Amino acid sequence: MSLKDILSPFGVWKRAAQKPWTIKKPTKDRPGAENYRGFHKNDFEKCIGCGTCEDICQNAAIDLMPVDKVDTDMGDSGLRPLLDYGRCCWCALCVDVCPTGSLTMSNEYTWISDEAEDFRFIPGADETKWQNESRGYKRSENMQLIDYDRVEMSELEPENRDKTFIEIVKGYNKEQAMKEAERCLECGICVAQCPAHMDIPEYIAAIREDDIENAFRILYETNPLPEICGRICTHNCETACALHNNGESIAIRWLKRYIADQIPPEKYKEVLGTKHLADPKINKKVAIIGAGPAGLSAAYYLAILGYEIKIFEALPNAGGMTRYGIPKYRLPYDQIDKDINYIKSLGVKVQFNTRIGEDISLEKLHNDYDAVFAGTGLHLSRSTNIPGSDNKRVYFATNLLREVTLGNEIDVAEKIVVVGGGNVAMDITRTLARLQNKKYGKVQITATSLETEDIMPADREEVVEAREEKAIIDPGWGPKEVEIENGKIKGLHVVKCTSVFDDEGRFNPKFDKNQKKYFEADMVVEAIGQGMDLSYLSEEIKTGLKFGPRGRIQVNEKFQSDLKWLFVGGDIIQGPDVISGIANGHIAAKGINKYLL
Amino acid sequence: MSKISESKYKNFKADREKFPKMENGKPVIDLDSHKFTKIWQGPQHPGVTGNMSMEITLNGDEIVDAKTHVGYLHRGFEKLLERRKYIQGFTIVCRICVPEPDTNEYCYSAAVEELSGIEIPEKAKWIRTLNLEMSRIASFLMWIGGQAGSLGMGIIGQWTVSMRDFWLDLFEEISGGRIYHMYIIPGGVRKDLPKGFKDRARNLVTKTRKLLSDVERTFFNNSIIKSRLKGLGIITPEMVDEYGIVGPNARGSGKEYDVRQNTPYLKYNELDLNMLTATGGDAYTRAELRYQEMHQSLDLITQILDKIPEDGDIQAKIPNVINWKIPAGQTYIKAESTRGEHGFYVVSDGSKFPRRVFNRGASYTHAISVLEKLAVNTSISDLAGLMVSLHTCPPEIER
Ligand code: SF4
Ligand code: SF4
Repeated sequence: MSLKDILSPFGVWKRAAQKPWTIKKPTKDRPGAENYRGFHKNDFEKCIGCGTCEDICQNAAIDLMPVDKVDTDMGDSGLRPLLDYGRCCWCALCVDVCPTGSLTMSNEYTWISDEAEDFRFIPGADETKWQNESRGYKRSENMQLIDYDRVEMSELEPENRDKTFIEIVKGYNKEQAMKEAERCLECGICVAQCPAHMDIPEYIAAIREDDIENAFRILYETNPLPEICGRICTHNCETACALHNNGESIAIRWLKRYIADQIPPEKYKEVLGTKHLADPKINKKVAIIGAGPAGLSAAYYLAILGYEIKIFEALPNAGGMTRYGIPKYRLPYDQIDKDINYIKSLGVKVQFNTRIGEDISLEKLHNDYDAVFAGTGLHLSRSTNIPGSDNKRVYFATNLLREVTLGNEIDVAEKIVVVGGGNVAMDITRTLARLQNKKYGKVQITATSLETEDIMPADREEVVEAREEKAIIDPGWGPKEVEIENGKIKGLHVVKCTSVFDDEGRFNPKFDKNQKKYFEADMVVEAIGQGMDLSYLSEEIKTGLKFGPRGRIQVNEKFQSDLKWLFVGGDIIQGPDVISGIANGHIAAKGINKYLL
Repeated sequence: MSKISESKYKNFKADREKFPKMENGKPVIDLDSHKFTKIWQGPQHPGVTGNMSMEITLNGDEIVDAKTHVGYLHRGFEKLLERRKYIQGFTIVCRICVPEPDTNEYCYSAAVEELSGIEIPEKAKWIRTLNLEMSRIASFLMWIGGQAGSLGMGIIGQWTVSMRDFWLDLFEEISGGRIYHMYIIPGGVRKDLPKGFKDRARNLVTKTRKLLSDVERTFFNNSIIKSRLKGLGIITPEMVDEYGIVGPNARGSGKEYDVRQNTPYLKYNELDLNMLTATGGDAYTRAELRYQEMHQSLDLITQILDKIPEDGDIQAKIPNVINWKIPAGQTYIKAESTRGEHGFYVVSDGSKFPRRVFNRGASYTHAISVLEKLAVNTSISDLAGLMVSLHTCPPEIER
């Protein structure tokens, strides 16, 4: 043992003279780091109550709760996370998965209370001393635990589609669909948004499990037209999708199409378990007016309940607006047939070319059937009624689209202006662009609408694709006059539209007359909306009904009118869109069943 | 760096006459003979590392039999993980070792990545390496305080545990947490290094080196410490493989085994590091070796700070974690913790949840079979020092 070993330990005294490291008032002088995982904060404006935080918390420290002042809204469940600090471990996984980025943490780490219940709180609703603290943990931009990028859909290139009516969207293959399905957060925000409340997370989960037959059964629980909806549904669900807040929403519509595309028609009955429905079990008959989505949906759900169903359709084929309003490149007719043939195979009869009110009276249907469902749709077109709009080369979009489906030749001018900013306007623009291309070898069509591009009601991809097909989309103008010379159209005068809706959100367009524009054209197409044709209601029947705003027939929550035997649904009640029609038809079917039992 | 001492193999001299007879390798203890006392050291005992206890049989103050008891800390981590999504695992595995959670985070994440075929970005690899070395120094600083404290020298613990807190400050900066960092996650790391971090880390390396020189002067050049630790708990080279001893406990008995060098992971093969070994095999040798490894970690941290790229991704693209399924398979990932080889065996059955997550911590051997063997023939007053010299960590035993 050396002397050094005895003396050197006394070196500890050296430090007695040094400044201590300890901080006297640690909580005051020592805030948590910039990035500290402290107490939670939640920005209510951004939070959508999706519950992904609740789902990922492995300590079950989060519960979603209704809170005052937050209502359920489009894409917002109205719920907000409640945190239980008896369970939380401050891992911040909830922060990292929050698809809106609303949930963050402050750098605060001391909280004293003798009331245990205080430590269960709703950040954002309950007052906290750190609610305005900007420091603390946030998800880092370059770290993602959720996949915000949609699996790309392959489509026909513009140069391969601008002269044909071949379907543009090719659909997902299995690998793509499963990858896309994997992105789902299973929050269910979409279910609330879907008019038919389809069980979207469930069928997406079935895709992930590669159990397509189960997925298909889930579709049919709420929607008997999956091939149609899988292609042209207005997909409110995708607008509501939680991923939409930070990236691209799940391609719900394409996934639905993927499911339906996988099942060949001959397997429908086996998969859906409807093999032995041939004989009606219930000895009651229901007549349905109109073979559109609402009528078909009502027919389907009544048929599987065992009713005898007959649909009366004015046109020579079924599908309503989905066939006669939507061009083939978006929704091929064989796909419509696939959905409809299955419904027919359940014993549903369809009598075509029969207009109720002309060929058969509604009273007769009432006499011959136990109940009637009317889903007659919006087939009358509205006109701008501007000077010159009575010229014979001013057409209605829906009429032209119907003629195209019927296989009739339509007037295609060299220069065309379309008035309207919705999907119908885009449909006719793109249809005419194809026909112009075939006839003249070039496209000279302009679509103009009151709404500016950001608020145009048409789907974004419709506008983009129309442009790819060389149509000009020039929104934000109000039509003033169709210029006519010697009975021939020369063009359309428009003025700048400064606003479409007033402060209360009512349609009340304002114009700036000094900003003008002129579109040269020798044909004008109006696509500014449709109205209903209720001429099949005789005066006597009308007296038994009540009418609500915009001339709509008043119905109860089961779509039953004041005439108990008459149920009404579809675009004439709600929408217009396919999925609302399907939803109405389904509910009405349940209503009819209840009424007839 | 100080030179590793040659231990004098100062065996405890015992009067073998008074010892109980051995039968089938077990002492036959007749408590009614009044020659023996049975006592429990732990689980609440300042000399015990974490919550475990030793059931010891004494003859006077001499231990004639020792048995390790665990279970006080059992939280069922491995079982819990079977009901957790892959991403949720990182919030649990860190708890397997309080002083050094990062090795768990790394091994678990690397196993998940290997099973799902994910290659993490370069920068993330560098940051992970830094993180692991930072956690080694933080763990060693705590250990040396414990080693001194177990022999009654509390001052070293006060110095080094405060220094450890400065390292925890750095962890807090990058990860947002001081103890459970939850920073290395499957796919990469959660945050980039904050501005000015590298300079602060370099300063802390200097500060720590300075403290270590004080520790060297007062702890290693200390006649009492030497007399207490030299010859205590000798691990012979033969025992190393027989017991599966790893880490400084093995290297202190001449075994050249360090996962960072034998099977380099992350960025260790791009760093300059030597295998540190010694041959003394006793507690003092191990302490000196760990002291050298602390300097080695500081040196590695300096090297890494120079090499971390400024730009680059910190995370590989991973699927939506809510539905993350991993192809069926199994893997074992290991890393060098301060206690030696630390590993995770992860089995996936192709579902969203791991089929099995098994953690192999060095303490499983060190605190049970090795400690039970080395404790016999020592004085009860040396048991705490012996236990710390094996650097045992009970939660590792009872995952
Ligand atoms: S994950 Fe985010 S948006 Fe969803 S409920 Fe939680 S805090 Fe709100
Ligand atoms: S921080 Fe972790 S434990 Fe706490 S609520 Fe969020 S996910 Fe749950």
